[in-house]
Amino acid sequence: MTSGTRESRAVDPTPGSAAGSTGFAASFIAILAAIVAALALAAATIGAYPVTFAQMIAALTGGETTDQTAATVLLQVRLPRIAAALLVGASLAAAGAVYQGLFRNPLVSPDILGVSTGAGLGAVLGIFLSLPLAFIQLFAFIGGLATVALVYVIASSVRGREPVLVLVLAGVVVGSLAGAMISLLKVLADPYDQLPAITFWLLGSLASTRADDVLGVVPAVFIGLVPLVLLRWRINVLSLGDEEARALGVEAGRVRIIVVAAATLMTASVVAISGVIGWVGLVIPHIARMVVGPNFDRLLPTSMLMGAGYLLLVDTLARTMAQVETPLGILTAILGAPFFLWLLARGREGWS
Amino acid sequence: MSETVLETRKLGIGYPGHAVGRDIEIEVNRGQVLCLLGPNGGGKTTLFKTMLGLLSPQAGEVRLDGAPLARLPRAEVAKRIAYVPQAHTAHFPYRVIDMVLMGRTAHLGAFATPGPRDREMAHAALETLGIADLAGHEYTRISGGQRQLALVARALAQDSPTLVMDEPTASLDFGNQVLVLERVRQLAATGLSIVLSTHDPDHAFTCADRVAILSGGGIAAYGPPARIVTAKRLRDVYGVDVRIEKLSGGQTVCVPSFSV
Repeated sequence: MTSGTRESRAVDPTPGSAAGSTGFAASFIAILAAIVAALALAAATIGAYPVTFAQMIAALTGGETTDQTAATVLLQVRLPRIAAALLVGASLAAAGAVYQGLFRNPLVSPDILGVSTGAGLGAVLGIFLSLPLAFIQLFAFIGGLATVALVYVIASSVRGREPVLVLVLAGVVVGSLAGAMISLLKVLADPYDQLPAITFWLLGSLASTRADDVLGVVPAVFIGLVPLVLLRWRINVLSLGDEEARALGVEAGRVRIIVVAAATLMTASVVAISGVIGWVGLVIPHIARMVVGPNFDRLLPTSMLMGAGYLLLVDTLARTMAQVETPLGILTAILGAPFFLWLLARGREGWS
Repeated sequence: MSETVLETRKLGIGYPGHAVGRDIEIEVNRGQVLCLLGPNGGGKTTLFKTMLGLLSPQAGEVRLDGAPLARLPRAEVAKRIAYVPQAHTAHFPYRVIDMVLMGRTAHLGAFATPGPRDREMAHAALETLGIADLAGHEYTRISGGQRQLALVARALAQDSPTLVMDEPTASLDFGNQVLVLERVRQLAATGLSIVLSTHDPDHAFTCADRVAILSGGGIAAYGPPARIVTAKRLRDVYGVDVRIEKLSGGQTVCVPSFSV
């Protein structure tokens, strides 16, 4: 035993890649948090009605010299939207990190597994039936969970083939089936009332997000996040595969179900306010893993902060770069698709 | 002092609808090395999975420290028997120290992460295997032999009295094979019981106290290496002619007798 090994957890004495070391990861996460906070403040000042920092502070503290328009823009429109972007980005990235670890496949994500489309189908059905938001969320959750379950059952019942390929293909097939059902509902929907709402979901946007909507999904996201944080070490062990995890003393089946349900709850909850926003859950966990390594302890907070910051940037771009709002799903695809191709081109190396 | 840590009674192994072996009776005492020989598809891996409780027995039972395995929760099984899989390429680039720390999972609460004491044990395990300097390296970027040793270190960190090693020398180069077998002997000398499978009957002479030959749906032979690993038996099991020679240094080796 070397003298260094008795040091505290915060100071890791082992040499090797900076990416894996605890001290590096902790300071990286702190800096990342500061950057995301700064981005959020900056985003609040940008927009069709520019607001200065002084006005913002006045509006937030209810000061005397409050510019009423600025206060309204901030409190009613901009801050809820910023909060939504942070929440949606963080949740999608967290779910992506979980799915990639649990399915032992760095290429899976809520989109590729069909969770987003499945949750979208649930949400669209909820809109089609003119249900309140809580039910739309519930439907989105059931749709998402049913999709994961179906994809997983298909993938594990097709034996003797390349498992990664089967999983991805099963996700594509189930996802496109859900897509077809969505199309059917669009055809059947009331073209003046329901169809625009449905189209909005499918493109993904935070344009009409109200504070109530955001507050409405926070509990569900929180309930999904708690098991992920608590079981973070077991998620590492599960990423070795069920058999090894069981040999190491983990009740793999039970933990897997809890964790997949939690990640799906997070995805489905945010899909209920943002619509289908692809690519975040695939791309962000990758970048996070490249920086802090695969240990879920660090991967989860890093992915969430990066996801939050990324979606905030994209949403700010979406509402400022043109006269008309650009749907988020389009922007994240334009940014995400080249990254995905780059990953493929780099081969296995890029997955790590 | 021969305390039985692992025993199988009338054990039937296999998958649903497909029996692989039956009436398997073996016993491993503390500090003993049991070497499992047998042809490909003879059921070595299936037997291991059954011993570890990863597969349900088709008949009979496995007992760990006298307790029936079937009644133990997963973490309790893991505290009694550790698994060293074949050196695999991981999907994610965990650092070697993190990989070894995963061996501590059975000793942690469901929501806990490894603490300083676990870290100490993980570092000690790396040190025992002589790979302390690899702690901070990425598991995906070290050699096959180093990965195998890292997995053995993980099993040591698991702190269970019995280790099951599935072909620990497969896919290793000659030097690493010798290194791993040497470590097996050293670990047994510290009181650990080890069950390992191998394709090379020489390994039975090198490190085993007992040899079991798994062939034709059951244990074809079981006992001390010198009695079990004979030219006749190897011909029966593997279908090739072999000579068993004693070297001047006292070691016994198997030499294939080539017909040309």
